[in-house]
Amino acid sequence: MIQIQRLSKEFNNNLVLNELSLNVQTGQTCVIIGRSGCGKSVLLKHIVGLLRPDSGKVLVQGKEVASLKELELVALRAKISMVFQGGALFDSMDITKNVGFGLLEHTRMSQKEILERVEESLSLVGLGGIGNLMPSELSGGMKKRVALARAICIKPEIILYDEPTTGVDPISGDSINELIRSLHDKLQVTSLVVTHDMKSAYHIADKIAMMYKGKIILEGTPEQIRETTDPVVHQFINGLSKGPITEVVDTFK
Amino acid sequence: MFTLFFMDLGRKILSFMYFFGGLASLTAQTVYQTFKPPYKYGHIVEQCRKAGYDSLPIVSVVALFIGFIFALQFGYFMQRIGSEMYIASLVALAIVRELGPVVTALIVAGRVGAANPAELGSMQVTEQIDALETLATNPVKYLVVPRFVALSIMLPLLTLYANIIGILGSYLICVVKLGTTSSMYMNMTFSALFYKDLFTGLFKAWIFGMVIALVSCYEGFNVQGGAVGVGKATMRSVVFSFLMIIAADCFITALFYFIFP
Repeated sequence: MIQIQRLSKEFNNNLVLNELSLNVQTGQTCVIIGRSGCGKSVLLKHIVGLLRPDSGKVLVQGKEVASLKELELVALRAKISMVFQGGALFDSMDITKNVGFGLLEHTRMSQKEILERVEESLSLVGLGGIGNLMPSELSGGMKKRVALARAICIKPEIILYDEPTTGVDPISGDSINELIRSLHDKLQVTSLVVTHDMKSAYHIADKIAMMYKGKIILEGTPEQIRETTDPVVHQFINGLSKGPITEVVDTFK
Repeated sequence: MFTLFFMDLGRKILSFMYFFGGLASLTAQTVYQTFKPPYKYGHIVEQCRKAGYDSLPIVSVVALFIGFIFALQFGYFMQRIGSEMYIASLVALAIVRELGPVVTALIVAGRVGAANPAELGSMQVTEQIDALETLATNPVKYLVVPRFVALSIMLPLLTLYANIIGILGSYLICVVKLGTTSSMYMNMTFSALFYKDLFTGLFKAWIFGMVIALVSCYEGFNVQGGAVGVGKATMRSVVFSFLMIIAADCFITALFYFIFP
């Protein structure tokens, strides 16, 4: 379970997270939607302990992330995977080493077992047999799928996805959605997905939360979000250029 | 006008203090992680190859030419006063005490001090360092410690090598061009050198190696702003490494030859 309590974070006098609160139950897939630059990725980085909050708490499986000691944080991170927006694959390693990195560094599995697990993870994202390629030889979409393979290779309990379907073709996007869905159904993985892709959000989410001005302004099931009368959420999910979100910008024109 | 000047000065002082604070913090983390198991021998060997073995050609050429130049410069003057026999002693002292460690460090600062921030900075802007952390791997342990250990081993070894090549260069000029006998040259070289000269030179090289590793990794980790930021970090790394090498050289020389002679 992930509990975010009154989380605030400021960068250069710009309040990105403003007492944001959100709960994600174990095994649930929660999708966070919101405009670019509204702080969704910053929120994910707090959950995995890459950023420390100015105030408020992030609790993962009952432990406050910011107060964990080094070894406790390592133990927690071994249960969490994150899929970065650009893939964040290690340039200096081939795909096999990238995907098997977590296992190579932190387990005593044999080389053969690691190779099998890597191939299994790559096959799950539809990229079996590319283990000997380097990241520079892959397209943007392929890099994202390899990043997903790296995330699932360690069999985590929680996966954080930072825009997993952005920049991939519609077919690959749909297979990523299916994979997130199947990880949820078969393994009860807790997922927190940041996306702009409403089709993807409706497909994978148990719960959708809309982030606006550093807060969660509305959360609910995909059906509740689809039928909401909240003008901000309505404008965002329907992709309208006119509405309360863009009003502030319009007044300056 | 004055307000702007003082604001600019204040910003520069703050930025300077921020740099040293950050560097001190990275140094403490690096030393702690260096002695904490597990030890990444494979990564250290790889960095030793990059920093040491790959620097051999440029160090060889520069050291040889420095030997030639010093022998020629001293030779021109010493011949006029009939003291050619002392060229070997002067060159040996200059190279072993100062030129060997400093020139080798400047070469390595130019090569490795530029490569490290470019590599780590690219990793920073593409979130690879964040990815390392999320994969429960400490970036200082994984990226800085191998570079730190490799440079602190390889720079003294490269310096020793540069000393030998530099003296060889001077030997060639003295024996072939200035007519000094081979045995005379060797005698004058070894009679001038003491263990302390060699030790202080290698000690300097050890300190310079650590300085280059820490400054370059610090700049790499603190890259902001994409490709432009990587370029700036690379430039800052080389400039700060040069400055700190010269400052450390002055301090160590004063320490060994004046404070504790």
